[in-house]
Amino acid sequence: MSTAVKVEHVFKTFQSGKTQIEALKDISFDVSKGELFGLIGPDGAGKTTLFRILTTLMIANKGNAWVDGLEVMGDYKEIRKRVGYMPGRFSLYQDLTVEENLSFFATLFNTSLEENYDLVKDIYVQIEPFKTRRAGALSGGMKQKLALSCALIHSPNVLFLDEPTTGVDAVSRQEFWELLRKLQLQGITIVVSTPYMDEASLCDRVALMQDGKIMDIDSPKGITGKFKKPLWAMSSADMYKLMHDLRADERIDTCYPFGQHHHITFKDDHQEVNPIENFLIDKGHKGLSIEKIEPTIEDCFMELMNR
Amino acid sequence: MKNGLAISVSDLTKRFGDFTAVDAITFDVKKGEIFGFLGANGAGKTTAMRMLCGLSLPTSGKAIVAGFDLYKESEKIKKSIGYMSQKFSLYEDLTIRENNRFYGGIYGLTDRQIKDKTSFMLEHLKLESQADTLVKALPLGWKQKLSFSVSMIHDPQIVFLDEPTGGVDPVTRREFWTMIYEAAHRGTTVFVTTHYMDEAEYCDRVSIMVDGKIEAMDKPAELSKQFNAKGMAEVFVQLARKAKRSDN
Repeated sequence: MSTAVKVEHVFKTFQSGKTQIEALKDISFDVSKGELFGLIGPDGAGKTTLFRILTTLMIANKGNAWVDGLEVMGDYKEIRKRVGYMPGRFSLYQDLTVEENLSFFATLFNTSLEENYDLVKDIYVQIEPFKTRRAGALSGGMKQKLALSCALIHSPNVLFLDEPTTGVDAVSRQEFWELLRKLQLQGITIVVSTPYMDEASLCDRVALMQDGKIMDIDSPKGITGKFKKPLWAMSSADMYKLMHDLRADERIDTCYPFGQHHHITFKDDHQEVNPIENFLIDKGHKGLSIEKIEPTIEDCFMELMNR
Repeated sequence: MKNGLAISVSDLTKRFGDFTAVDAITFDVKKGEIFGFLGANGAGKTTAMRMLCGLSLPTSGKAIVAGFDLYKESEKIKKSIGYMSQKFSLYEDLTIRENNRFYGGIYGLTDRQIKDKTSFMLEHLKLESQADTLVKALPLGWKQKLSFSVSMIHDPQIVFLDEPTGGVDPVTRREFWTMIYEAAHRGTTVFVTTHYMDEAEYCDRVSIMVDGKIEAMDKPAELSKQFNAKGMAEVFVQLARKAKRSDN
């Protein structure tokens, strides 16, 4: 069987006071064995709820899901032996040391650090110098590495990582993704969620999630390939004024700041860019730069949100 | 702030025992500037920011914040600045109106001022219908915009934003930055930390801290040129990779 995770028409609602929150609305997707699959979306998209259902910690209201060929309701005990889960909130024992946490989780799964050392080696060597430190006294980056080691200690077939890079600096994020690629080479299926759109391009395939729905599922290239409108990057000496002038113009469909540029689409796909340029020059913009560009995942995400 | 500087820092240092968290940093922030304060986890950003907000006394060095001396006038500094972080902002079990009254009261605003501020804010954010809704029932994006507004209820000269946009969707993140632009346009100085490198590029100037020191400081476009990089993400990685101390 080549499917590691299968989700079919899953719905989940929560009651909060008088209001009912629909956390997941008809979610379906498959993850192939050995795939690095990303759930990309902001807080409240439903990523954590989905993880909880797949790790058998929560039951869906409707629909069904399978992990490693086992059904999440009927076979929950077996699934728990085969998956590793790193929740978004640090959930290890704060007053146990690094070593003690690892041996605790290893013992739960009838294994030991030595037995699966190859798998955790790359990560463990980075926290080994602090092995006698209590987990609660570790920094964010180190906690993250310890949590990943604990999630891997029983050599799981499928690894679920809920926002492992949130709040982590750009360098540590890059290193973390390098680690995930190495784990993937060892045959582990990885489902990882992130609110950072730039990390989507590091996955084999991604699901873009918003408000409990999947807006699109595809490879990163497949997703950006679906962005049909011509996209322009513009900048000038006064970026704030540039945004105002563009948004006030009726020929402009969208104008979003993107780092050093604004990304712009026109209402009419055949709109010539020269009249727009002249209009901006007339408005007094200096150092104007206009360039046609390829969309990023973030452009696509916003376009899907606006539909 | 006669010289047009909102923040002026020289050789600011903070030691904890034999550990130098902030190592003689020197920089100025102009009035109305959006200043990005970047650094890897553990580089010393939080410690520096706590000092600038008057919450922690420096070991040595000088700092003038909003025209006041950090050593002698920290209470005046606290009244002249606003602070917002993703971790702490509004009281979840108070309504929007109650949060406003609470923060306005803390900053010594009159009832009249609080009332005016609140109605202006609700109108500006188009949240009039939600004035008596508990904050915990609001979507994250609204909460963030609201807590930014509340952090400026007393018209501070400087607002400190500590990773303000974590977790929000890309459209809301941009709406939030539009609010930052507007505040700066009105003359408020914005001092902001972020892990989103595209956001670093919205700043007028950024500094990058490595191991307690400021290793680079300039306009984002200038830094990209200087480091022969495509954007701030590359600049950041080049600099932060050199860090000797991890975030421990």
